[in-house]
Amino acid sequence: MGEMIKMVIVLTILSSLSGGVLAYVKESTQERIEMQVLQLVKGPAIMSIFKDATNDPVADRFSIDDEGTNLDFFVAKIDGKQMIAFETSGKGYGGDVGLVVGIDTSTDKIFGVGVTTHSETAGLGSKAKDDPKFAAQFAGVDIKGPIQVGDPINALSGATITSDAVCSAATDAGEIYARLKPQIEKELQAFK
Amino acid sequence: MAKSITHEFMKGLWEEVPPFRLVLGLCPTLGVTTKMQFGIGMGLATTFVLVCANILVSMLRKVVPAKVRIACFIIIIATFVTLVELLMQAFAYPLFLQLGIFIPLIVVNCIVLGRAEAFASKNGLMLSIADGLGIGIGFTMSLAALGALREILGAGTITLWEGIELVNLVNLFPGFQPFQFMVQAPGAFICLGIMLCFMNMVGNR
Repeated sequence: MGEMIKMVIVLTILSSLSGGVLAYVKESTQERIEMQVLQLVKGPAIMSIFKDATNDPVADRFSIDDEGTNLDFFVAKIDGKQMIAFETSGKGYGGDVGLVVGIDTSTDKIFGVGVTTHSETAGLGSKAKDDPKFAAQFAGVDIKGPIQVGDPINALSGATITSDAVCSAATDAGEIYARLKPQIEKELQAFK
Repeated sequence: MAKSITHEFMKGLWEEVPPFRLVLGLCPTLGVTTKMQFGIGMGLATTFVLVCANILVSMLRKVVPAKVRIACFIIIIATFVTLVELLMQAFAYPLFLQLGIFIPLIVVNCIVLGRAEAFASKNGLMLSIADGLGIGIGFTMSLAALGALREILGAGTITLWEGIELVNLVNLFPGFQPFQFMVQAPGAFICLGIMLCFMNMVGNR
């Protein structure tokens, strides 16, 4: 009986200590990790879309609660027009393909897209991120859709599933945009 | 057998170097060594976990009841692995993106649990630290060597760290065509096999 109790006590103490230490470290690194993700993952994609922005789109952002998940919206000013960008994802060949979609709020057309995270095959699916010509096809497409491979988007050769994933991410972005438009416009007032 | 700290440290570098001599921890060995840089990063992360886990296991070896020792080891190891994962996300995010799933998988790396069970739970603190450091550095060097071999054949470069290229064959010899095959999964087995073969040849002399 004594051994039994000892086992329970040792395991309990170890687990609680472990939980405590990890909770503390998670708490204290959380902010830094979020900054790293912003700067190194979303940042480059956002900056590649809004090259000509007169403000800093990564710094000017707001978030809206969309059916329980917090979505970050990035605001850019180009030629006096307001653009927003946010991230969605689609199912690719090797997992989720993250896509930042930039939308011109005055015309409801896509201004540009950029792939953030992916695990697609190097040299084939990875071109969605590396080949600027693929992303450039999205510019000017109506966000209401339909956005699909064939028309208006030409698939990457050898990477149909990746191309589908990017299109479905863009379509999702259109749906989210349509659903949250009133809230987005309200928030944008603050950045005028 | 007299146990000296130097001996416990040195054995991990050649005699018992993990992927080649013990043939343990092959999952990360094969998975992350597409570039030398990833091998080094993975090796350092594993070394950190190995040393910390060895310290705690050795310190607690008289307290932990024998029947639940494996459970206790796993708690200790998992704690340090999660710690490494969080710290890497916060301070070396690009490396974390590349190593991805292999960082959490250090928990089930049999080298770490193996050293805790076979060594640290039976030996004193200093010896355990030496053992963890030796095995860890041996593992790092093996991964770096395998990574360097695969990278030079598969991509024509050797990257020591993000942005620091030691050699670039593609620039040196513009006609050089890298074997794409070497940075894919089968290339890992072939390179590992070749290196094992050479290590055995040298060792048998």
